[in-house]
Amino acid sequence: MAQIELSAIRKSFDGTDVLKGIDFRIEDGEFISLVGPSGCGKSTLLRIIAGLEPQNSGEVRIDGRPVDAIRPSARNLAMVFQSYALYPHLSTFDNIAVPLRMRRLSAIERLPLLGPLLPGRRVKERAIRADITAIAEQLDIAPLLRRKPGQLSGGQRQRVAVGRAMVREPRAFLFDEPLSNLDAKLRVHMRAELAELHRRLEATFVYVTHDQAEAMTMSSRIAVMMGGELIQAGTPAQIYNDPSDIRVAEFIGSPKINILPGRIRNDGGIDVLGTALRLACKATAGDCRVGVRPERIELGAGPFSGSVVHLENLGAEAFVHLAIEGTALRLIARLADVRHLPAMGSALAFGFPPDAVRVFDPAGKRIELRAEQAERIREPAHV
Amino acid sequence: MSRTHSVTLRAVLRHVLLIAGAAIMLAPFIWMISTASKPQTEVFSSELHLIPYRFALVENLREAFAKANLLRFLLNGVIVTISIFVLQVMVALPAAYALAKLRFVGRETLFALVLFGILIPPQATAIPVFLLLHKVGLLDSYAALVLPFTISVFGIFLMRQFFKTVPDDLVDAARMDGISEFGIVWRVMLPAAIPAVTAFGIFSVVAHWNDYFWPLIVLNSEQLRTPPLAVAHFRNNEAGTSYGPLMAAAMVIIAPLVIAFLFAQRRFIEGITLTGIK
Ligand SMILES: Nc1ncnc2c1ncn2[C@@H]1O[C@H](COP(=O)(O)OP(=O)(O)O)[C@@H](O)[C@H]1O
Ligand SMILES: [Mg+2]
Repeated sequence: MAQIELSAIRKSFDGTDVLKGIDFRIEDGEFISLVGPSGCGKSTLLRIIAGLEPQNSGEVRIDGRPVDAIRPSARNLAMVFQSYALYPHLSTFDNIAVPLRMRRLSAIERLPLLGPLLPGRRVKERAIRADITAIAEQLDIAPLLRRKPGQLSGGQRQRVAVGRAMVREPRAFLFDEPLSNLDAKLRVHMRAELAELHRRLEATFVYVTHDQAEAMTMSSRIAVMMGGELIQAGTPAQIYNDPSDIRVAEFIGSPKINILPGRIRNDGGIDVLGTALRLACKATAGDCRVGVRPERIELGAGPFSGSVVHLENLGAEAFVHLAIEGTALRLIARLADVRHLPAMGSALAFGFPPDAVRVFDPAGKRIELRAEQAERIREPAHV
Repeated sequence: MSRTHSVTLRAVLRHVLLIAGAAIMLAPFIWMISTASKPQTEVFSSELHLIPYRFALVENLREAFAKANLLRFLLNGVIVTISIFVLQVMVALPAAYALAKLRFVGRETLFALVLFGILIPPQATAIPVFLLLHKVGLLDSYAALVLPFTISVFGIFLMRQFFKTVPDDLVDAARMDGISEFGIVWRVMLPAAIPAVTAFGIFSVVAHWNDYFWPLIVLNSEQLRTPPLAVAHFRNNEAGTSYGPLMAAAMVIIAPLVIAFLFAQRRFIEGITLTGIK
């Protein structure tokens, strides 16, 4: 149950800036995903929150209290690592018991030979056993308690790692790409399980991933990181529909958003591939980039035309790759109805509704379309 | 047809070579066992024969045990080698952990010094260390046999290389769980590094069990003698060298290592491949 605040966090390794001033606030009970391409500094940020890595400047506050001088274990956060990081020589039971023993037993009680003889230890061990049994029931790992990590499958190890995090009842859970070592099917299954776990525990989850699908499906809020900066945060729907930066638009969504070259005219109107869109903006005239999601491309009618160069039929949906006539550009359209696939090589007309259009300036920043203009063009679907 | 022929020929040739090599390596041991089994008269007879006409192994052993307190010397060997190994581990593991997993200024320089330390032969520092022990008044004691070897740069190097292969996440998980840095060394790194510790243990115990040079320099008292010194002492006895008992004693002192080898043959081979020592 914790609220985590980051202010102006900076970190560099060997003179390279890895985090360039991160300001962010994670609310109590939130499932927040930090998502971004590999190497953008997600893990580093998570490790700074955990206290495993000191930041060069900036402050981390948990529930309003600065924690920068506090050891990782005393911050009372739990972390699940990509490699699970289970102690290979300990059984599942002992792995889960480690954080409890470290917290509840005194140094003397932890001694290898003498400790178990002390009367106090026996009482505490009984309480620890009860806690672990309860967790094992919840996670369905009760039959595995005697096994060593080497004898567990990837999914089972993952559960044990979650159990080790849960058993200490931390203020927040930190996950660093916990699903990326699992096979695709299991990953989808574990997504649902983790989301359910979050709802049940009502704890703060900070979840790092480079997989936008994981972020979209599990989180209550997503924070997108690129090159050491946090460029946008919001609900999955906001991030998907309303990206503030072309890098966000391109990173979120699969297949990728289609980007077409455009031009803003002096009167604020927008041209794409030589066709005027019924849209306008206040930005100064010049080049721009126009993004349209694959599912918003409408095949069969419209001012543009292209030829089918590739088809991906997934059964429930299909993706049509089009080469746009007269250019080297490719775009992808999603077809919901796979019973009527266009033929390979056939020429197709296509278009898209104005409200599907997202416009970005040459630096990648989103350009707001003029509201009254967007409202006026309700009736013609195609330009 | 001809191919299988040449293959078998090559295999035969290979085995002949290997057997010849093995024979050269084993000859001294076989000679030792042979001599240990011969009565004095046969040892000095001019004809060469491997199998004694009269087996005198039991007599020779009895004489060896009567002449010198062999059990005491074996015990000394055990005390000294075990103490050295335990202390070496207690020094090397924390040092290796720091060099492998902690980030601090000068770490690479320190590691370079460790590597440099491996290059220095123990004989080169023998006299300064001897003088030091003399000044401290520790000559002719167990401490003199043990202390100079407690810091093993080779051990630090070996363990550091092994710790490098332990994932950082495991160390971080231990920190999150509340284990202290020293706790991590003993509770997380040591169990993960058992193969490397075993390998180092084999190396260390064999080297110090067989060490002749250093005990010879620092010891005077008979009751502190280590096994190799004890054997050597059979030589300059007043009445000339009695080879039978000497070889019998030599058999006795290498027996613990040979028996240990037979019991832990696989570990031994693993360890030696791991360290790259031959
Ligand atoms: N301990 C370290 N020493 C040096 N560079 C590091 C260290 N940890 C991370 N980096 C660098 O920082 C950058 C960000 O790393 P990381 O936070 O792991 O990225 P992500 O988790 O987003 O893939 C990478 O370029 C990486 O090489
Ligand atoms: Mg990472």
